[in-house]
Amino acid sequence: MIVVGITEHAATQLGDIVFVELPDVGATVTKDEEVVVIESVKAASDILAPIDGEIVEVNDLLTDAPATVNDDAMGNGWMFKIKASDPSQMDEYMDEAAYKKLVE
Amino acid sequence: MSDLLHTPLHAFHVDHGAKMVPFAGYDMPVQYPAGVMKEHIQTRDSAGLFDVSHMGQVIVRGPDYATAALALEALIPVDVLDLAPNRQRYGFFTNAQGGITDDLMLANRGDHVFVVVNAACKGADIAHMTANMPDGVTVIEITDRALLALQGPRAEEALAALNPSVRDMSFMDVATVTLNGAECWVSRSGYTGEDGFEISVPNAAAVALATALLAHDAVELIGLGARDSLRLEGGLCLYGHDVDETVTPSQAALTWAIQKVRRTGGAREGGFIGAGPVLAEITNGAPRKRVGLIPEGRAPMREGVELFADETATTPIGKITSGGFGPTVGGPIAMGYLPTGYDGPIFGELRGKRLPLTRAKMPFTPANFKR
Repeated sequence: MIVVGITEHAATQLGDIVFVELPDVGATVTKDEEVVVIESVKAASDILAPIDGEIVEVNDLLTDAPATVNDDAMGNGWMFKIKASDPSQMDEYMDEAAYKKLVE
Repeated sequence: MSDLLHTPLHAFHVDHGAKMVPFAGYDMPVQYPAGVMKEHIQTRDSAGLFDVSHMGQVIVRGPDYATAALALEALIPVDVLDLAPNRQRYGFFTNAQGGITDDLMLANRGDHVFVVVNAACKGADIAHMTANMPDGVTVIEITDRALLALQGPRAEEALAALNPSVRDMSFMDVATVTLNGAECWVSRSGYTGEDGFEISVPNAAAVALATALLAHDAVELIGLGARDSLRLEGGLCLYGHDVDETVTPSQAALTWAIQKVRRTGGAREGGFIGAGPVLAEITNGAPRKRVGLIPEGRAPMREGVELFADETATTPIGKITSGGFGPTVGGPIAMGYLPTGYDGPIFGELRGKRLPLTRAKMPFTPANFKR
């Protein structure tokens, strides 16, 4: 199972987040499908499913407290958990160290 | 991007960590490190300092105030002539169809009219005024002055620290005030729904004045992002969005700005471009009206969202012209156009879903002016 959210860097770039629309639990999603709508004070953005799979849990906290994404993007600001149908799809993603280097 | 204009405060913004974006041909601060939400709350709770030097500052001068005022009344459907000395008033230019080609603030500065217009329209506005002034009335764009806005409940305290005389100004008063050693043209007005001031300051003195104001513990820098959310909560129109050349004063719910003396039966009835349609619509009613709207739920509905009478109708009844999250309201707010008299259900189409909205009185947050 994979926990999906956005990085602190992304949250900072988006600005103050005021609304998060989460997918339905049980939904089957395909890689690169739009599954979350995230609205900051400035604009709406989509979060894409990183892999194929089933949504097994969503972070309902964000419905009432969307700013949690700004406050704790990598912790309490997570968005959904997905059960991967093909875990090898994860291989193309970079790890945290490589990402941090990228956004430096 | 290298052709973007800079205000005299450009380097000051960058030094203070602003995120700069192109706006109306200028490289402008959209936010500072605090971010839009905190900047908005700061302005409502204390005081915010804005650089609005991109706006057009114009002097219209004739042999006397009345001559310049009457010349402007041919373009602007408000009472310019009877505006008292050292007083300011809201107005707009209209076209032959009665559409609004820009909105503006004008002030009686004794021997001339001082006009402040929107950045995106200033070239066209100045050309329009210049082309339509009679002999002896000149239109002078002021390019050697920056424009700052200091807004919020502690704006008076912060500005009075530099010159206590500003305490004597009431809402929509204008005065020449020495601030930090510079001759400034100050108005007690703004674009946030809060008490505050707009300050025209010589370019060479602008950074020093901004620095002096920012040194006050009540004051923080505020970018264009929060300026937009503040004015939206204040129910104030953004030209090019809520109002444009296709929208008349009646449709925009701005007829309060057209004094009786310029209306049908008034002493100086009409006499401005588009007077026929504008006055007829005041008498007969407009087909649509700008209204305040509150989306139910938390999802913001932004400019362009179409409005429907039910969940299945294919033809929209209106659309949202400004919308977003109101930090003081604590939820989404919007303004848009609906057919006049319509009081049925309203649904906005957002990402393929029809979500309900309710009508709301504007301003969304109580105005806090010093009358």
